Amino acid sequence: MSDNQFYDSLPEIEPGHTTFLDSNELVLNMGPQHPSTHGVLRVILKLDGEKVNDLECVIGYLHRGIEKIGENRTWAQFGPFVDRLDYTAAVSNSLGYCLAVEKLLGVEVPKRGQYLRVILTELCRLASHQVWLGTHVLDIGAVTPLFYAFRDREDILNVFEKYCGARLTTHAFRIGGCRYDAYAGFAEEILHICDDLGPKIDEYKDLITGNRIWLQRTKNVGYISAEDCIAFGITGPVLRGSGIEWDLRKKQPYSSYEDFEFDVPIGTAGDTFDRYVVRVEEMRQSIRIIRQAVEGLMEGPIIAKVPKVIKPPVGEVYVSIEAPKGELGYFLVSDGSAQPYRVRVRPPSFINLQALTKMAKGSLVADVVAIIGTLDIVLGEVDR
Amino acid sequence: MPEVPEGNPPAPVPEKAPAPAAAINKPVPAPWDCALVQQLKNAFGSGICDAGSFAGQNYLVVDRSVCHDVLRNLYEVSGYTSLTDETAVHYPKDALPFEMVWILFSMAANERVRVKARFADGEEVPTVTDLWVGANWMEREAYDMFGIRFTGHPDLRRILMPEDWTGYPLRKDYDSHKQDTDWVQKNLGIESGQ
Repeated sequence: MSDNQFYDSLPEIEPGHTTFLDSNELVLNMGPQHPSTHGVLRVILKLDGEKVNDLECVIGYLHRGIEKIGENRTWAQFGPFVDRLDYTAAVSNSLGYCLAVEKLLGVEVPKRGQYLRVILTELCRLASHQVWLGTHVLDIGAVTPLFYAFRDREDILNVFEKYCGARLTTHAFRIGGCRYDAYAGFAEEILHICDDLGPKIDEYKDLITGNRIWLQRTKNVGYISAEDCIAFGITGPVLRGSGIEWDLRKKQPYSSYEDFEFDVPIGTAGDTFDRYVVRVEEMRQSIRIIRQAVEGLMEGPIIAKVPKVIKPPVGEVYVSIEAPKGELGYFLVSDGSAQPYRVRVRPPSFINLQALTKMAKGSLVADVVAIIGTLDIVLGEVDR
Repeated sequence: MPEVPEGNPPAPVPEKAPAPAAAINKPVPAPWDCALVQQLKNAFGSGICDAGSFAGQNYLVVDRSVCHDVLRNLYEVSGYTSLTDETAVHYPKDALPFEMVWILFSMAANERVRVKARFADGEEVPTVTDLWVGANWMEREAYDMFGIRFTGHPDLRRILMPEDWTGYPLRKDYDSHKQDTDWVQKNLGIESGQ
């Protein structure tokens, strides 16, 4: 059949009475293998032209049963597993878990151990935000900042490598404190990174903030109100971007955060641009904290005396920290044995991702990519 | 150029620096009494089974018949506007094996409270998605992992496991090596996932 014959054979289309092609809705699968979904997130989009009518997240592709693994390991053995939750911020995960078990045991970490923890956790926050910045901006179309961000992240990973031998899944902390003391030249190297990173953050801002394409792609995109944030349980930079000054490091200080001076940056518009500003500003605040912690680092032990076999008393605790993505909580149930009875991880990415439908409904399909980026999810943590 | 560490990570600190005094303050359960507990006890009477505190964290044990009303009361009257987490714990030997745990948070008071209630196997738990939309995925996860059904949930499907998987992995009688062999053979084309 020639092309002409084919077109002739099609039914006549009367105006206003389209029968052979319903152009109203197109169902499109984005992911699970899609570079802008930051892992294995599948989003089913229902599109009207370029407009998103509805979307649904399909998750679980990275489900490894971390919580079940926890029930089959001893308290200390589970430590390395939590690094695999949010693998861009392994140190934070480790801190949250150790704090939770310490709460259950009633152990207090020596001051030097707490300061070391703060230094490494804040370095980790910087590294996590650099990954976010690079990939988020790349998704929207700017390639250069990715290389800048990853170049600077390298310095931080080098510190982790020198400190504990690993770069990503560090297992930096132990129940009761830190396993390793600061290496020779630790303070100098970190202060050097702090000095360096300030101007580099200016560089990121020069590259991105004033860019007209960036502004058009982020201003008024992915709006979420403060009320909706609370209803969804959203925490972290997304909540602060909507104008709520809420940071667990300030409100419920842990690991000596009350010793340090820092501000909690907040946005006003609740859109993608404000969340970008909040996170970049957070990086500056992290540098401030690290500087104070390095300068105030005192002599002393780094780990408390903890029994060889950890058997917490019967009971349960919920301990949460301000991870780079939001509130990371551990709900631990102990039956008095050497293994946890139940480990529940409250992952910030999982809770924040729920709001994707709300934020992206009615926007353009290209904005979905921006909104996934601005939520800063890590699928290792969403799926556990 | 950053220095590349040679060989092994730095040696662990030897025993020379043990923590001096820092004795372990083993947490013990304590009763919890305050205006909030009194108000709830007045409103629900014996529905509030226990109010306690462990390691400085407050919890309420409530009867399953009033659990939704207690949560609504905490939300509407006492300002616990955020649901931090909702999960379950399985105690297979008990008469009521499933313990639901709601971790509520009041931003204004900067306080958390845990509400717990026990349910029988197969019994439906009232959903809290009418109070907090964020409970949607948490309840889907509890259903996925424990097989707990929620009355009134808008979209109760599996969330992390495949939709046609049989079995609930976080139940205590689900062995850590157990799998849905039929599903694995049918969908992955391999004999076993182990």
